[in-house]
Amino acid sequence: MAMINVWLNMEEKGIVHALREAAEKLAGAEDELIVDFAAVRRIDQNVLRAIEGLAGIADQKSLKVMLRGVNVDVYKVLKLVKLAPRFTFVNSDGDGRATNREGSHAESPTR
Amino acid sequence: METSDLVDQRARALSAPETLSEERIAYLESLVSQAKVAAAVFTQFNQEDVDRIVKAIVLAGLEQAQHLARLAVEETKLGVMEDKVIKNMVATEFAYDYVKDKRTVGIIREYPERNLVEVAEPIGVIFSVVPITNPTSTVLFKCIMAIKTRNAVIFGPHPKAWRCGFEAVKIMYEAAVKHGAPEGVFTCLESPTIPDNAYLMKHRDVSLIDATGGRGAVKAAYSSGKPALGVGPGNTPVYLEKTADLNASIVDILISKTFDNGTICASEQTLVIDDEIYDAALKKFSGLGAHVCNERETKLLERSVIDPQTGCMQPMAVGQKASDIASFIGLSVEPNTKLLVAPIQGVGREHPLSVEKLFPVLAVYRAKSAEEALKVCLDVNHAGGLGHTAVIFSRNDEIIRKFAEVINAGRIIVNSPGAIGALGAVYNDLVPTFSFGCGTGGGNSTTDNVNVYHYLNIKRVARRTQAHMWFRVPNQIYFNMNAVENLRQFPSQSTVIISTPLLEHMGHVDIVRRYISPQTHVHVLFIPDAEPEISVVLSGVEALNAYNADQIVALGGGSVIDAAKIMKLKYESPQADLEELAAPFLDLRKRVVQYPTGKNHGARLIAISTTSGTGSEVTPFAVLTDKKQGRKVTLADYSLNPDVAIVDPQFVMSMPKKLTADTGIDCLTHALEAGVSNYASPYTDSNAMQAIRLVFKYLPVAFEDPRNEEARTMMHNAACIAAMAFSNASVGVNHALAHAFGARFNLAHGRANALMLPHVIAYNAAVPAKFMPSPYQRGYLAHKKYATMADLLGLGGQTVEEKVKRLIAATEQLLDRLEIPRSIAELGISREEFERAVPELAKIAFDDPSWRSNPRMPLMSELEELLWKAYEGRGLAKPAGEARAQTT
Repeated sequence: MAMINVWLNMEEKGIVHALREAAEKLAGAEDELIVDFAAVRRIDQNVLRAIEGLAGIADQKSLKVMLRGVNVDVYKVLKLVKLAPRFTFVNSDGDGRATNREGSHAESPTR
Repeated sequence: METSDLVDQRARALSAPETLSEERIAYLESLVSQAKVAAAVFTQFNQEDVDRIVKAIVLAGLEQAQHLARLAVEETKLGVMEDKVIKNMVATEFAYDYVKDKRTVGIIREYPERNLVEVAEPIGVIFSVVPITNPTSTVLFKCIMAIKTRNAVIFGPHPKAWRCGFEAVKIMYEAAVKHGAPEGVFTCLESPTIPDNAYLMKHRDVSLIDATGGRGAVKAAYSSGKPALGVGPGNTPVYLEKTADLNASIVDILISKTFDNGTICASEQTLVIDDEIYDAALKKFSGLGAHVCNERETKLLERSVIDPQTGCMQPMAVGQKASDIASFIGLSVEPNTKLLVAPIQGVGREHPLSVEKLFPVLAVYRAKSAEEALKVCLDVNHAGGLGHTAVIFSRNDEIIRKFAEVINAGRIIVNSPGAIGALGAVYNDLVPTFSFGCGTGGGNSTTDNVNVYHYLNIKRVARRTQAHMWFRVPNQIYFNMNAVENLRQFPSQSTVIISTPLLEHMGHVDIVRRYISPQTHVHVLFIPDAEPEISVVLSGVEALNAYNADQIVALGGGSVIDAAKIMKLKYESPQADLEELAAPFLDLRKRVVQYPTGKNHGARLIAISTTSGTGSEVTPFAVLTDKKQGRKVTLADYSLNPDVAIVDPQFVMSMPKKLTADTGIDCLTHALEAGVSNYASPYTDSNAMQAIRLVFKYLPVAFEDPRNEEARTMMHNAACIAAMAFSNASVGVNHALAHAFGARFNLAHGRANALMLPHVIAYNAAVPAKFMPSPYQRGYLAHKKYATMADLLGLGGQTVEEKVKRLIAATEQLLDRLEIPRSIAELGISREEFERAVPELAKIAFDDPSWRSNPRMPLMSELEELLWKAYEGRGLAKPAGEARAQTT
């Protein structure tokens, strides 16, 4: 498993800005990005747009984006708008291995 | 709520949609995309969020009620501005009053007594078709419903009413977003076209179509393949019955039929008036500002407002004032005429005014009787109004009930205005709505007033319920030596003893007779010692009637007691149909056929058993033989239970050894099967376990030393105790197989059970190929319960598996000790004969109800395998002497 070279913690306030930053970092990254959603309780359309942008860049560069600690309500939103299959989800607790099942939950990755 | 021309136009267009330009498709896609995202985001909102937004948009709608009403009238040229203001206010304020306290997020209803909880799931994106007749009020109402249920709506207004509809959506949207609703939660088509509707109705991201419109729109919605709420045109029949309050009724009709110039599809269309009040009613109409047409005027009206080609209303009349319509067609009326009343002679195409008329023209019909009136109303109902609305004015509850029975309408409005009455919450307690479900009569999926619950997927969380169980046995059981003396305490004028000649010969009948009160007339009825035939039962019932028996004493084995149970049933309830009572059932409490509860004579049944096996003296079962049809009929119901059981070992002291062994093993099988049954309970377990212990301890003694009073007593008790267990927990696959091959090879029931017993224990103790569904048990327990039985018998063993093996071995040793053949082959049945019989035996066993409570569901192949194991005999685990049961 490749090492994670970018790790971003999202706070609900300013999340759109943070996600845009993440997209920029992803543009210069080589392998993987992990975005920590543990502090995010709810998302709106703007966040969704930013997440979609992130997914677009990841697709272009064939890079993997992991969303960590996404709560089930936000996960449901991503499922409903069909964004979930474009990410790998990892739990926020434990240090278990990540799997590459896109659009579904996996264990926490090795950092 | 749709004018006829547009109905046809829409229907045609939706069946063959025109091609949309790329730009238009991109526009429609953007609406869907916004709505989809909004709906997804909305799922995160809680009830408080939602309620806050609902209140805000309701206030916004109320604030703009007049503005929107004015826009609607200006754009559509239909209806009355003042009435549309009322409509807009009802659509907001009354809707709010209904929904404000309703839970629509998360858990919305709980039924603790049923362990059921209902949880709301939003629908997602709704495409909502809005009619020209109510272009703003419908929008206001649906916006409130959508926010309350966390859905996003794309509105498709009528092409001739889209500007006012768009404005209504805009007002509600801005208020909603301002108070936190997701962006894109409402969108509205600009310059809508029919192909737009067709495109959106079939869009994969649209989850529901709510089509408030005419038949064409509804049909298109239902044809789209999407879930749809569709409402449609009506044709409201109104019956003005002779007992009605005439003054009030006429005013109500005028209010309704002139409201918004008659554009509400629930408004009155054809008024059927009883002959007795017809003239007075028309006079009142005239007096209150209506114009009653003469024959010439009616003809003129027919030709003018109804299209002779289609038979539908002319668009020029829809939503117009009565005086304007009159003026337009050259009819001379007073300037402020509210309504044109046109007498008609019938219903149908030859009577053009009998159709839906969304303008202030009311057809009236004079009925000679209530019967005729109801028929004419039914005709109107079937002339385009099925499932919609009907109205009756009457004080006669019987007539109102009959009207409601015969007329197919989702809303039957009584003694109030149809149009406003149907909207709900104003004149009655109907749910407020602007969409009337018309049921299957109108091609709809519901007859409800469409409201919030139609905008939700309601998920039901069904927690496992604690299944009710039972333990039912006779009221009184007397046991131990000379228990028969207790007969003395039962007063009787006339007692019939049912027994067999053999028991009479053995002196048992005399013993019984001795303890019946000397004042009692005692009669003895001898029957053959075999499973009772119907003819025997019927002759027994004749005897009971002849002697007017108030007490029946059954003295004998299972057959005699079974016969007495059925005789008592027929004696008390002569109408009991034994054939029907034998109908199969899965759950005693849900059975289709209920046993009669008649007590014509109130006779007492006392059962005294003379064998120690069946336990029939305490069971609710009876087997009857129907020789004519060559079959057995099994009856099962707790009403068959004897009232008193006497378990007196003096009647079994002389049982032959073979009978002792066979009946004793029958008793053991009852206990073992009840012990692992899916119907087992702590109550039946206690009986089953005790019976097993008694059998292992005393059966060998009773067999080897028949005069041993203690052993006989305990075995007699064991049979009764085991029977109490299986009366309530039932038996299992052992009995099903034993019934099948015992009957086929004419083998005693106990012996047939014995041949299966070790194999069935091993079978039930293994992991089932197929588990048996049972609400009464949690997990698979049979192997553990066998292990408990082994512990009770002190068989030793460390693991469950070891204990089960030891129980099987102990059972085999017991069978050996009782000199019971250990294989079907030993009975002299050839392999070839058995091989031929096995498939049929398996089928018969599978049809036997006995196994329904078995812990493991038997497959046909498994039944055959068990039969073969019984044929071959030994081969099961047979550990050394340490597995011997502690029988002393």
